[in-house]
Amino acid sequence: MERQEGYAFDVESVRADFPILDRRVGGDPTTPGEGPEDDTPLVYLDNAATTHTPDPVVDAIADYYRGYNANVHRGIHQLSQEASVAYEEAHDRVAEFIGADGREEIVFTKNTTEAENLVAHAWGLRELGPEDSVVLTEMEHHSSLVTWQQVGKRTGADVRFIAVEEDGTLDMDHAAECIDDSTAMVSAVHVSNALGTINPIRELADLAHDHDAYLFVDGAQSVPTRPVDVGDLGADFLAFSAHKMCGPTGIGALYGRKELLDAMEPFLYGGDMIRRVTYEESTWEDLPWKFEAGTPSIAQGIAFAAAVDYVDDIGMEHVRAHEDLLAAYAHERLSELDDVTVYGPPGDRRGGLVSFNVEGVHAHDLSSILNDFGVAIRAGDHCTQPLHDKLGAAASARASFYVYNTVEEVDALIDAVDEARELFA
Amino acid sequence: MGLGSDMYRQQILDHYKNPRNYGEMEDPDVTHVGENPSCGDTIRMDIRLADDDETIEAVAFTGDGCAISMASASMLSERLAGMTIAELEALGTDDITEMLGVDISPMRVKCAVLGRQVAQDGVKIERGEIDVDRTKTED
Repeated sequence: MERQEGYAFDVESVRADFPILDRRVGGDPTTPGEGPEDDTPLVYLDNAATTHTPDPVVDAIADYYRGYNANVHRGIHQLSQEASVAYEEAHDRVAEFIGADGREEIVFTKNTTEAENLVAHAWGLRELGPEDSVVLTEMEHHSSLVTWQQVGKRTGADVRFIAVEEDGTLDMDHAAECIDDSTAMVSAVHVSNALGTINPIRELADLAHDHDAYLFVDGAQSVPTRPVDVGDLGADFLAFSAHKMCGPTGIGALYGRKELLDAMEPFLYGGDMIRRVTYEESTWEDLPWKFEAGTPSIAQGIAFAAAVDYVDDIGMEHVRAHEDLLAAYAHERLSELDDVTVYGPPGDRRGGLVSFNVEGVHAHDLSSILNDFGVAIRAGDHCTQPLHDKLGAAASARASFYVYNTVEEVDALIDAVDEARELFA
Repeated sequence: MGLGSDMYRQQILDHYKNPRNYGEMEDPDVTHVGENPSCGDTIRMDIRLADDDETIEAVAFTGDGCAISMASASMLSERLAGMTIAELEALGTDDITEMLGVDISPMRVKCAVLGRQVAQDGVKIERGEIDVDRTKTED
């Protein structure tokens, strides 16, 4: 097992923080993990969809509910003060993690999609008109693609797509053509959830800024898997979700440069986001609370910071090295099979996921068969239907990795794919 | 082993690899196309009726999709011959899983019933009871 000597950290001790990795599968989905048919070890390779939650993060949620559950901001009593401090400091922790200038630049949202919608509504619908253009890539997730498509329909703004080349990379000459003086916003996915492509965000930022456009970065797959610094990227906005980086569902973050967020109108109105209200007028709270109307996801926000602590303790450089190792190995093994098509860039130039199809086996059939061997992957269009149309595939299978995955689990994936190939041969 | 392994018993794989009644019919009495948008499965069902306009004489289908949807359409094409339109319309999801002879995991039921849905909608369109271009199964 010489490959394991390449691990950047002690994977087994990381796995020990995730009890779910020890469970067995195969039984009745209405009685999770309890039936006699739950006899197959789980090989979880669906991390681009969601990652598992380590004990310290589960503890952070439990500690809040058991110890200081209270609504934030308006309470004078001690529990509310404790909850408020923890919830607000969570913004500081997330800000520090991506190189933002403090909590004013971090709005907690439900997820990446809501962050996209926040900017689309609070900025796009107000500022854009028929004379403007918004530039996306052909590999955008629906969260960005559908959102800006609708903004285009409502405002008349032209929505353009930078072409994806055969090898799954962006055509940067085409990018330079698409981004012109009419462009007000460039929205690009950092690491493609479908192809694994790592896009040249800094180059896109420079192109956007040369034309006085803003750059929105979809960091859903990049922030969890590699060091990300908004200054280095040149991002004006960055969105990501906690549940793809060891955190809970229901919480994500929008980073925005302070002067941009300051100039924007609120997205949602209500309690918690106002300073003074009369029957005629209202004024808004300071950043970031102006954008967090209503009671927020308090436990989830606090646990988001705990998740950041968890992955930061491993070290984002180490996380990236581990993802690279597994993705390159999976890419190599799958590429050896004649009847397997692997999408996206070569193994040494991709994020930690591999999308593929086996000739003659629909991705949903493949996923069903892999499930029999305990191997959890995703099959479908991965919220990139136009990209799949372009690839000429209705669906693809996707294996995606995280810090707790091992080389043996990639071997288990390949063994299960072999079983499916034999079954359908 | 879980639900998935049962889903790929020999009968399903046989119908997938060697679909029965595969092709387009000339002058069918009923013809209709449907899809599962989330899977990309597409099926066209053609039906020819006997002189009584009630009994199904022959069924043909074409399509592209997963083994469950294709095998189900193939088996249905055999099953429907000799049935009446009323019997086709009475076919429920349980009848389809019974026909397949395997447990279908919840996420895959829509694959299994696509062919039946296309046939039933095709009959309704022919009678002017509904007006849809293309059947689309909901997730």
